[in-house]
Amino acid sequence: MGIFKGKSVELTTTDAAENAISNKETEGLSQRQIVFKRFVRHRAAMISVFTLVFLTLFVYTALDFKFGPWKIHGWWKYRIEDIPELRTKDCAGGNVGCPTFSLRPKFLGGAGFGLGEHPFGQDDIGRDYFALVMKGAQRSIMVMFVVGIVGGTLGTIVGAISGFFRGTVDAVLMRFTDFIITIPSIIIGSVIGFHFGNLGATFLALYLGLFSWTGLSRLVRGEFLKLRELEFVDAARVAGASNRRIIFKHILPNAVGVIIVSVTLLMSGAILLETALSYIGFGVVAPDVSLGLLISQYQDSFTSRPYLFWYPGFFIIAIALSVNFIGDGLRDAFDPRQRRRLSLKDRRVARTELKGGE
Amino acid sequence: MFAYIMRRLGILLVILFGSSFILYNLAAISGDPLEGLRTSSEPSAKQQIITLTRELQLNVPPPLRYFIWLRGILGLFVGHLDFGNARNGQQVSGLVQHAIPVTIRLVTMATIVAIVLGITVGIVTALRQYSRFDYAMTFVSFLMYSLPVFWVAVLLKQYLAIRFNTFLANPSVPLGWNIAFSVVSGIFWAGVISGSRTRVFQIFAAVAVGTGALLEALSLLKWFTHPGLGPIVIFGAGIGIAYGVTQLSVGLHNKSALRASQVMALLGLISYYPAQYFFKHSPHVSTLLLMALLTLGLGAAVGRFFAKIDRGPVVRTTMITGFVISLLMLLDRLMQTWAPYMATDAVNGRPVPTIGQANSLLDQSDFWLSTLDTLMHLILPTIALTLISFAGYVRFTRGTLLDVLNADYIRTARAKGLTERTVIMRHAFRNTLIPLTTIIVVDFAGIIGGAIITESVFGWVGMGTLFRQAIGSFDLNLLMAVFFITASLSVLANLIADLLYSALDPRIRVGAGK
Repeated sequence: MGIFKGKSVELTTTDAAENAISNKETEGLSQRQIVFKRFVRHRAAMISVFTLVFLTLFVYTALDFKFGPWKIHGWWKYRIEDIPELRTKDCAGGNVGCPTFSLRPKFLGGAGFGLGEHPFGQDDIGRDYFALVMKGAQRSIMVMFVVGIVGGTLGTIVGAISGFFRGTVDAVLMRFTDFIITIPSIIIGSVIGFHFGNLGATFLALYLGLFSWTGLSRLVRGEFLKLRELEFVDAARVAGASNRRIIFKHILPNAVGVIIVSVTLLMSGAILLETALSYIGFGVVAPDVSLGLLISQYQDSFTSRPYLFWYPGFFIIAIALSVNFIGDGLRDAFDPRQRRRLSLKDRRVARTELKGGE
Repeated sequence: MFAYIMRRLGILLVILFGSSFILYNLAAISGDPLEGLRTSSEPSAKQQIITLTRELQLNVPPPLRYFIWLRGILGLFVGHLDFGNARNGQQVSGLVQHAIPVTIRLVTMATIVAIVLGITVGIVTALRQYSRFDYAMTFVSFLMYSLPVFWVAVLLKQYLAIRFNTFLANPSVPLGWNIAFSVVSGIFWAGVISGSRTRVFQIFAAVAVGTGALLEALSLLKWFTHPGLGPIVIFGAGIGIAYGVTQLSVGLHNKSALRASQVMALLGLISYYPAQYFFKHSPHVSTLLLMALLTLGLGAAVGRFFAKIDRGPVVRTTMITGFVISLLMLLDRLMQTWAPYMATDAVNGRPVPTIGQANSLLDQSDFWLSTLDTLMHLILPTIALTLISFAGYVRFTRGTLLDVLNADYIRTARAKGLTERTVIMRHAFRNTLIPLTTIIVVDFAGIIGGAIITESVFGWVGMGTLFRQAIGSFDLNLLMAVFFITASLSVLANLIADLLYSALDPRIRVGAGK
C-alpha cells in the first residue's frame, strides 16, 4: 500500500510542476498573444501560411492584373489570350506542346534548372498552359476568399443576432437557416452556376457565399447563447452598455475562435466546390478558366499528356491543404484546453526544480 | 416522446415546404426552358414551344406553378406521389425509381468501408497521440480532405484499372514494387503496434520480410490470375480471427470464449466442402442469407455450450468470429469465379472496369459471374468515395476518443483496476460511438446528394445523372424531384440522429429542452 501511495503522490506533484510550466508560459500575456504564440508554434500551420501567401503572390503577379483603370503587368511573358506556336520539337513520343520545366541540371544530362519557354506545356491550340493554370488558380483563390468573407460575415451576423436576442427573432432566423441547410450546396451551386456562370467567377463566388453561411451561423448562435449568460455580460449591462456594445465589444471577441476556425473550413470547402462545379460544367465556363474546367477538358489525354492533368490538380491540392492546415493550427491555438506537449527535457527540469524547491 | 416526434415531423414538413419553395422559384427565374427553342430555326420549334408550355404549364407564374407541383407531392399522403412529367414526357417518378437503387448501391459500400477504416484508424491515432504514426495519419487525412474527387478518380482509373489490367496479363510483381510495398507496410504496422525502439524495428523487419515473401510467392503461384483461399488458409485465418476477435471483445484470458471461437474456425473447415455444394447448386441471395443465419445460430449455440458464466459476451464473440469466417468463405467463392470471369469474352482479361455500373456484354444469368461483375464495377467509385469521407471519420473519431479518455469515468475504470483493453473497448470506445452514430446517419443522407460528381466521373446512371440532366436541359420537375428526395432524406436523417442520440445516451432526453 505504501509503495502505491508514494507513487501517486509523486505523480501528482510532477503533474503540478508541469502545470506550473504551462502556466508560466502564459503569464502576463493577453489572450491574443497566447493564441498567436500557440499558432506560431504549430509547425504545419506556419508552413501552410507561408505556402499560401507565397502561392497567392506568385499566382496573382504572374499575369496582368487589372483593377479599374490601373493595370499592372505580370512577370510571365504569356497571357491566356496569347496563342504562341505549338512546340513540336524535343518532345518524347511525337507529342506536341510538352512542358519545358526542368529540375535536372545540365551535367546530369538534363536541360538545366529553369522554367523554359512553356514550363507546364501548351494546350491543344498552343496556349501557354502555365498562364492558364495561373489564371485558374487566381479564380480558385478569389472564390475561396469571397466565399469566406461573404459566408463568414453573413453567418456571424445571423448567428449573433439570433443567439443574442433569442425569442421570435431567433426562431425566424433559425427556421430560415433550416430552409437553406436542406438544399445541398452542390445543388444550389449547380443551379446558380449553370445559369449565372457566364456572369463571371466573381458573381458565382458571391452567390456561393450567399448560401454557405448556414453551418457557421448555427455555431455562432450556440456560442452566443452560451456567452450571453456569463457574468461579464451582466457586468457590462449593469454598467450601462448598449446591446451593440455588448455584442461587438464583449461577446464577439470571445466567439472569434469558433468563427475563424469554421471560416477556414468553409474556405477549403469552397475551393473544392468551385472546382467540382466547374468540372461538371456548372461553375466557371469557357472562355474563362478554372482549375476544375482545365482538368475536365484534359482528363482524357492523361495517357498521352499527363502534365495537362497534373498541374491544375497540384494547385487545387496545395491551396486546399494549406487552408486546412491553417484551420487545424487555429483550432489548436484557440482551444483553451490545449497545452503544449511537454518534452522529456521539460519534464526532467520540472521534476528537479520541484525537488530543489522542497 | 410521441408528441415530440409529431412536433418534429411537423416542423420538418414546414422546412421542406419552405426550402422547396425557395429552390423552385430560384430555379424557375434563373433561366428560360424555352430559350433553345425560341432561337431555333427548326420549322417545328413554334409547335414545340406551344406543346411544352401547355404540358409544363409554363404560362403560370413560378410562385403559383409551385403549388401545382406541390399538389402532386402531397399525393404522398393518399398513396399517389406524382413528381410530374419530365421534359421529354416521361414520368419523373419512373426515372427516379430506377436511379435511386443505383445511387444507394454506389454509396452504401463506400460509406461502410469509410466508417470501418476511419473509426479504426481514428482509434489507433488517438491511442498513439503525438506519435509519428499520429502525425503521419493526420497529414494523410488532411491530404485526403483536400483532394478533389474527380481528380482522384482519373488517377484511380489510370493506375488501379488500366495499369493493373495490363499487369494481370503477365502477373509477376516487379522487384522494385515488391520492395516499396514491403517497406511501406512494414512502416505502417510498426507505427500501429509501436513500442520500444527494438520492438519497432523487429515488427518492421518481420512485416516487411513477410509481405515481400508473400508477394513473391503469390506471383510464383500465379495467384493473381487464379486466386483462391482454400480450406487450409481459411482454417488458419479462422484461428487468427478467433484470437483477434476474442482479444478485442473479452480478452484472451477468457478461455471459454477463445475455445468457442476456435471451434467456430474448425466448423468453418468442416463445412467448407458442403458450403461449396450449396454455392454451386443453389446460387442465390436467399441461400447466402440462410447460410449467414445458420452461421450466427451455430455461433450462438457453440458460445452457449462453452460459456459457464457471463454468457452474453462469449456468445457475441463466437457469433462475430463465425460471421467473419463465413465472409472469408464467400470471398473464397468469389475468387474462384475470378478465372472464369477473366476468360469471358466480355471481360477479355481486363477485369477492372473504368466506367459504368455493369458490363452490358456479360451474360448476367450466372449468379457468381454477375455478382463479381457488380463488385468489380463498384471498386473504383468505392475507393474514390472512401478516400474522400475517410478523413472526416478519422479526425472525428480521434477527437471524440481523446475527449472521452479525459473523462472522469475513464479514470474511475482505471482506478478499479480494469485492464486497459476493457477500459478502451468497453468504456471509452462505446462512448465514442454515441456522437459517431449521429454523424454517420447524417453523412449517409448527405452522401446520396454528394455522389453527383462521382457518378459523373464513373458514368453511373443514378440520381446524380438525373440531376445533371435536369440542370442541363432546364427540367424543373426532374430537378425538384431530385432535390425533394435528397432534402427529405437529410431532414429525416437529422431527426433520426437526434432520436438515436437520446436512445444511446440516457443523459440526453429529447424534447426536454423546450
